[in-house]
Amino acid sequence: MKRPPPYLLVILAVLVLAVAVGASLMAAQGKPAQPVFGQRADHLAALPGPTARAQPASWFAAPGNGEWTAQLGDPSATRFSPLGEINAANVGSLRTEFTFDTHNKRGHEAGPLVVGGTMYVTTPYPNDVYALDLTKPGHPIKWHYAPKPAQASQGVACCDVVNRGAAYAGGRLFFNTLDGQTIALDAASGSEVWRTKLADINKGETITMAPLVAEGRVLVGLSGGEMGVRGSLTALDAGSGAIAWKAYSTGPDADVLIGPEFKPFYPAEQGKDLGVHTWNPDGWRIGGGNPWGWISYDPELHLIYYGTGNPGPWSSLQRPGDNKWTAGIFARVVRTGQARWFYQSSPHDLFDYDDVNESVLLDIPWRGQMRKVIARPSRTGFFMIIDRETGQVLSAAPFAHVNTALRIDMRTGRPVVNPAKEPQSGRITRNICPAAPGGKDWNPSAFSPRTGLVYIPHNNLCMDEGEVQANYIAGTPYLGADARMYAGPGGNRGVLTAWDPVANRAVWRIREDLPVWSGALATAGDVVFYGTLDGVFKAVDARSGRLLWQRKLSSGIISMPMTYQGPDGRQYVAVFAGVGGWSGAIVSGGLDPADPTSALGFVNAVRDLIPRTDAGGRLYVFALP
Amino acid sequence: MSLRFPEVIAAMLMLAATGCHRESRDYRSLALQAQDRTKAFGGNAFHLAQGQRLYAWMNCAGCHSHGGGGMGPPLRDDEWRYGGSLPEIVTTILDGRPNGMPSFRGKITEDQAWQLATYVRSLSARTREDILSGRADEPSNVEPPVLDERKPVRRVTPRQDDASEE
Repeated sequence: MKRPPPYLLVILAVLVLAVAVGASLMAAQGKPAQPVFGQRADHLAALPGPTARAQPASWFAAPGNGEWTAQLGDPSATRFSPLGEINAANVGSLRTEFTFDTHNKRGHEAGPLVVGGTMYVTTPYPNDVYALDLTKPGHPIKWHYAPKPAQASQGVACCDVVNRGAAYAGGRLFFNTLDGQTIALDAASGSEVWRTKLADINKGETITMAPLVAEGRVLVGLSGGEMGVRGSLTALDAGSGAIAWKAYSTGPDADVLIGPEFKPFYPAEQGKDLGVHTWNPDGWRIGGGNPWGWISYDPELHLIYYGTGNPGPWSSLQRPGDNKWTAGIFARVVRTGQARWFYQSSPHDLFDYDDVNESVLLDIPWRGQMRKVIARPSRTGFFMIIDRETGQVLSAAPFAHVNTALRIDMRTGRPVVNPAKEPQSGRITRNICPAAPGGKDWNPSAFSPRTGLVYIPHNNLCMDEGEVQANYIAGTPYLGADARMYAGPGGNRGVLTAWDPVANRAVWRIREDLPVWSGALATAGDVVFYGTLDGVFKAVDARSGRLLWQRKLSSGIISMPMTYQGPDGRQYVAVFAGVGGWSGAIVSGGLDPADPTSALGFVNAVRDLIPRTDAGGRLYVFALP
Repeated sequence: MSLRFPEVIAAMLMLAATGCHRESRDYRSLALQAQDRTKAFGGNAFHLAQGQRLYAWMNCAGCHSHGGGGMGPPLRDDEWRYGGSLPEIVTTILDGRPNGMPSFRGKITEDQAWQLATYVRSLSARTREDILSGRADEPSNVEPPVLDERKPVRRVTPRQDDASEE
């Protein structure tokens, strides 16, 4: 054998030495200490003073009689309860009063309602409804209603077969089924008053949202942004179930109910038939924009506010243009459905930033005068303050880690997209923040008039995503994206942020290990309640964020806590355990963590959830001893 | 001492005859006409690769991801609600199933359904490594199938799948 030249030996020796030194250095460092999340708040700014505080809308009335009649508490979406028996001083002794099992293993996102001594509980598919008699010992079932939705609807539900609950008005309970029916029940007897079919599952249409009842109208939006569903919001007559009006989110102005009353603030929304012209030819027919989230209502202005979902497909390269009226917010006249203004938070959305999150109606001091606004912690990661009369963006600041947009251009209201994160054909783009579920997803915030803060339960997730060709086949996914998600900077995957909407900055935040997928609740006892994905229900101090009480429940919490006054005069706090939804599908759907792209890439971020919680719906009701 | 050319040839021939178990690659038409379709499709690299492309084109990935599931159940594991043999998977694809699996009859041919089923079965790591594709056609966040860790999977319907078992 020929001897190798000496220079090769030298290179080899250097390599061996480098590896040895590197290995010893790594060994010396040892394992980094695992940070403990969810136990304390980081303080970032001072609480706003009494004059600089956000106020509820001038007509605001917190839920009366100790009742809870809507998922967001009241039409201005504050999720604030005036009950104060349970307060920061005594919440530590909270104990379980009773539980109720639904025997349903899918994600429980809804919260119960309480009206006149009866609790109404709704489940995910098959969308059963139970009325529990709170006046009797043991809280027996008063009635049970099973709507029996089409079994095949499970196959077109994008992110678990969830439902976000019922609404109560005028002695009736209104709710939606996965296969697209809106049903009105007589709240006293549980008998069906009417049912109206609004969706066709063969086109991928489903309904998961909680309806809003205003001025005799039941407002219902479709789901299906992942299936090429053309989004629409329908107003049904609360008495008869007849369709009063229907407003599409894409297409010609006549379909979108855009007429002479439409006065958008920014030029990009002004023009004829933009729902057609801002698309590739006919793209609007399968263009998404589903209003599957929350609707708020201003009884003084007679306007409703709701957001439209992501455009379809996710693959942005297939749909050049602004893709109106997707990923934005509409203000409409309740009686007629006519659009008043529209603001697009993600023109030509790139990352599934549905704009369906709650609009909290507030009055805030703004440059010397009070302005009527909607406060929106958006999927984009920006906390938006928008004038609710005109649609003008007053302020925008990131509440989550954002690198997809550099800022919001206050002249045009448009985000300035970071070119480094724009999708390119045939490539994976790395480290996109926030990931597809956004800085915050559907799970609603709470606002306390006592502190002037908005309590935002949200995510800290980033993702790698590549766009691929999506083919439209009715009733199948219309996506064209390959994604995987992971924790954002800091390593925590969730956050509860207390936000001052006047200064538009965070006051304190609690970093949570897992994405926070539960709603928040604020009470007059200055306590904020929320739950974690592995099932810890928490009470924190509304002013300081200090952890006051926590209890590990039987399953992960992705639902909306609520509070009510029982027939015995005591205050109760109720929340569903029941992991699932997009974030918890890994457990409720039995998904395989070996594939990082499972559940549109969410599974990769929550691989460790499987041993930490079990599926199964159980309502917990707590009270003081 | 160096080897001479004819000896090398002879050694390679012996190796080929004894050591390497290579897939048998029939003409496409033969496979399509074969009586035993499980055998003809199941062990065939061409059909598996075609199935992989159809899996993307027919939006299978939208529900089942790269086998880990999402809207639909995972396909990588050994749990088969409606049977895990190739003919059963073909029936599932063509006729749909009651919990929401749509019917693809009329959208793809029966032969394409067999190709698709061949790829679906390969996700649960039952398929011979030498017929798996090196990489997908499109950008992806998963490893190419040949680099994927081969996890042991309990056989569900062993007798029907001889052609694709290692």
